[in-house]
Amino acid sequence: MSLSADLMVLLPELMLAIGAMALLLAGAVMGEKSATAITGTSIILLLGAGAAVVMGPDHAGAFHDAFVTDGFARFAKILILIGAGFSILMAAEFFATTTVSRFELPVLMLLATLGMMLMVSASSFIALYMGLELQSLALYVLAAFNRDHLRSTEAGLKYFVLGALSSGMMLYGISLVYGFTGTVSFAGIAHVIAQSGVGIGLVLGLVFLISGLAFKVSAVPFHMWTPDVYEGAPTPITSYFATAAKVAAMCLFLRAILTPFPGAMHQWQQIVIVISVLSMALGAVAALGQRNIKRLMAYSSIGHMGYALLGLAAGTALGVRGVLIYLAIYVGTNLGVFACIQAMRRGGKPVEQISDLAGLARTNPTLAAIFSALFLSLAGLPPLAGFFAKFYVFLAAIQAGLLWPAILGVLASAVGLVYYLRLVKVMYFDEPAAALDGEIGLGSRAVLILSTAFVFLFIVAASPIITAADTAARALFTP
Amino acid sequence: MNLPLLSLVTFVPLIGAAAILLFRTAPAARWIALVITIATFAISLMVWAAFDYTNPGFQLVEKANWLGGGISYHMGVDGISMLFVVLTAGLMPFCIAASWESVENRVADYMIAFLVLETMMIGVFCALDLVLFYVLFEAGLIPMFLIIGIWGGKRRVYASFKFFLYTFVGSVLMLLAIMSMYWYTGTTDIAVLLANPHFPPGMQTWLWLAFFASFAVKMPMWPVHTWLPDAHVEAPTAGSVILAGILLKMGGYGFLRFSLPMFPSATEMFAPLVFTMSVIAIIYTSLVALAQEDMKKLIAYSSVAHMGFVTMGIFAFNHQGVEGGIFQMLSHGVVSGALFLCVGVVYDRLHTREIAAYGGLVSRMPLYAACFMVFTLANVGLPGTSGFVGEFLTLLGAYMRNSWIAIFATTGVILSAAYALFLYRRIIFGALVKPTLKTMQDLTAREIAILAPLVIITIAMGVYPKVVTDVTTPAVAKLITDNRAALAHDRAVPKLAALQQGARP
Repeated sequence: MSLSADLMVLLPELMLAIGAMALLLAGAVMGEKSATAITGTSIILLLGAGAAVVMGPDHAGAFHDAFVTDGFARFAKILILIGAGFSILMAAEFFATTTVSRFELPVLMLLATLGMMLMVSASSFIALYMGLELQSLALYVLAAFNRDHLRSTEAGLKYFVLGALSSGMMLYGISLVYGFTGTVSFAGIAHVIAQSGVGIGLVLGLVFLISGLAFKVSAVPFHMWTPDVYEGAPTPITSYFATAAKVAAMCLFLRAILTPFPGAMHQWQQIVIVISVLSMALGAVAALGQRNIKRLMAYSSIGHMGYALLGLAAGTALGVRGVLIYLAIYVGTNLGVFACIQAMRRGGKPVEQISDLAGLARTNPTLAAIFSALFLSLAGLPPLAGFFAKFYVFLAAIQAGLLWPAILGVLASAVGLVYYLRLVKVMYFDEPAAALDGEIGLGSRAVLILSTAFVFLFIVAASPIITAADTAARALFTP
Repeated sequence: MNLPLLSLVTFVPLIGAAAILLFRTAPAARWIALVITIATFAISLMVWAAFDYTNPGFQLVEKANWLGGGISYHMGVDGISMLFVVLTAGLMPFCIAASWESVENRVADYMIAFLVLETMMIGVFCALDLVLFYVLFEAGLIPMFLIIGIWGGKRRVYASFKFFLYTFVGSVLMLLAIMSMYWYTGTTDIAVLLANPHFPPGMQTWLWLAFFASFAVKMPMWPVHTWLPDAHVEAPTAGSVILAGILLKMGGYGFLRFSLPMFPSATEMFAPLVFTMSVIAIIYTSLVALAQEDMKKLIAYSSVAHMGFVTMGIFAFNHQGVEGGIFQMLSHGVVSGALFLCVGVVYDRLHTREIAAYGGLVSRMPLYAACFMVFTLANVGLPGTSGFVGEFLTLLGAYMRNSWIAIFATTGVILSAAYALFLYRRIIFGALVKPTLKTMQDLTAREIAILAPLVIITIAMGVYPKVVTDVTTPAVAKLITDNRAALAHDRAVPKLAALQQGARP
């Protein structure tokens, strides 16, 4: 394959890479006043990349199949771009009122997005690691972006130290896998395993690899960084962590396990079941005692990743379909939740305690209704979108015979329901606290409206998303 | 003319809720809600008019693509479900009217919650797809949670959480069972599953238990009934009416629609368990009712006891029992709803539900005393009222099955007379000594308009029960013959079924 053909496959990524660097230069030359223009241009870049993804080839590899674009990568990339675009919109509003320099922000987010898109396209472990590190380094800086703020710098540092550790573990696992199979290409590894079976060295490598991946999706027992980073990072950045970054990490997890290791399913399935069940349980129980809404969302995301992992544990195309539907609904709902959290301001300062929401139904009924609907969707109550997310994952789990993990999962969802209901209770049943007085910007408004519409209308307009996820999931299983 | 009547009757309330969102003022909300609920009731009567009595199968069927893969939007009614649709639509205008003056804050939200709830409840009785059923069954929890939690009494938060969690935990296992059924049969279409209900007996046991967990809580059966008294006491009057009148019936309806016909062997196996729980519910909760100091709590416990008759009748598995169970549910829907409305009448005046705060009301409120008398006697099951027919048929059905069950259950009839008349005496009769009661006014025109139709329905159903049984008989007969056939099938081929289970994971 010629170089130009290889590059055409990576067109969306190239657009982002060149665009991000050009914007960085423009920002450096023009200084702070260019921030708005740079934000606008980044959104346009993301839209362009999205168009390139949609119009790109159905199935193509580049650079000796180190990268592939297929239905699966496409589905994931669209979700990542949606998460990134809306997070940049929200970030522009968030930092408009602070003194923090801000033209780097969209640039960093573009670079992280580029890393994520490479991650979900990666089809060899070297390409995977490259995408992952590009993403991670940008995210470390983003977490600490509010640099005059103690918690934010703490979040950045924590994320960096633990992230580096997990990258190291993963790299160690990759080297073991390479050592015992002689290749880093996913297809090559699958071939070797099919030929010569699963040796103990490979299992060891697999365990390290899964540990590293579990860290990235913040699954138990590698979840400890999540609450601190979620709490410390500026809200729109947290929103970015919770949506785009989670989609990328989960899709990476899916591809890096399912494509090279179908022959080792017995080995990894047990591990994935255990981390899935533990994540569901811990996400539900630990969130009960939280007072800070962002910490609560961190535990909620740990739990949600547990449910999504149940789809991976099924190890079937149906399971992957479940995970993809889950991620789509998760992104759609979480963007709205973080737009709500960003709207929690009093006297010009953001507030983050759950008690600050008391009686919101009387001081701001619309915001309270939206907030509650989104939370109840996260809780998985029908007829809201979140129910269907869980529905398809459990459906796949039952089909794969994972009855007990599914039973534990629904029980965990009943426990989790308590804290979501508690939020609704605070907003609807409690006496009003001082009213929130923040202006909700145009971008956040758009996010809120779209997200609410998504949560309510999913039940009638589910078919296209389900069909798309179905196609995407099948793509992962056709060589 | 071929209107999609069932979709209309289900979703018109939702349209009303959207309309209230546009006009959020209190008077507009009240009037829109009233007009919409009356219109819905009218549509439900059209459903009744269009209903073919001779056809035991599903009628007015609508089917459309929904989620794909064998999960569709499928609606339809038969003799078992049709009257529940009418009951739900019929009770709603009374609920709106009863809340006309007693609910003053956040009226628009209140009416929206009720209309959304109505959509979900009617949908549950019309749904012919398991996933659709589950979605509607669960979705009703949210508005009810808000109704109890926002407009409830002092311990409303506790009661609303208890209500939500009990019913939710019960239901999630049903969801897993639905998924297992989907993978076994490839469809969640209730009509298809009913036509071909051959799950292997081992699987039936688990499925039955999962469905039972959900419906037993909803019903509620002893010992998972404890959410009900709390929810009733804290809920506003109209909330209690819906809770007792409709939500509890979903449990019994679920048994009839799913447990009996789809898992016949398991039903047969677990029937003694259900009988035991029913008899305990009847006797124990009746005794508990005797000791209550709070009017609503007393009626709530009496509801649990009456639902015991329903489960007993349903699981007696014969024509009299099942038909009695359905009749008892419909009758209880009207009567307990009316009793809660009666409690609401005095509560609006005195703002207490404590029985000891009343006494001698008959001299100030003769009309009220008369209405209350009719409903009390219907609750007791006096011949000539609707309560008698259901109780008699369920006891008859149980007697044919096992005379001991009937004998124990009959003591419940005596106990219900004891607590109901005891309540009546303490509130209505005696000397009017309490100064707060001396200024009590008798029923207003609005309250008469609410209670009078219910009095008429209660007596009409008691004197001429054929109105109901004509609708239910063909469907019940079909249910029982199908059931016997499926049971025979299960017995004849246990080995074959076991083999099938092995072959089809």
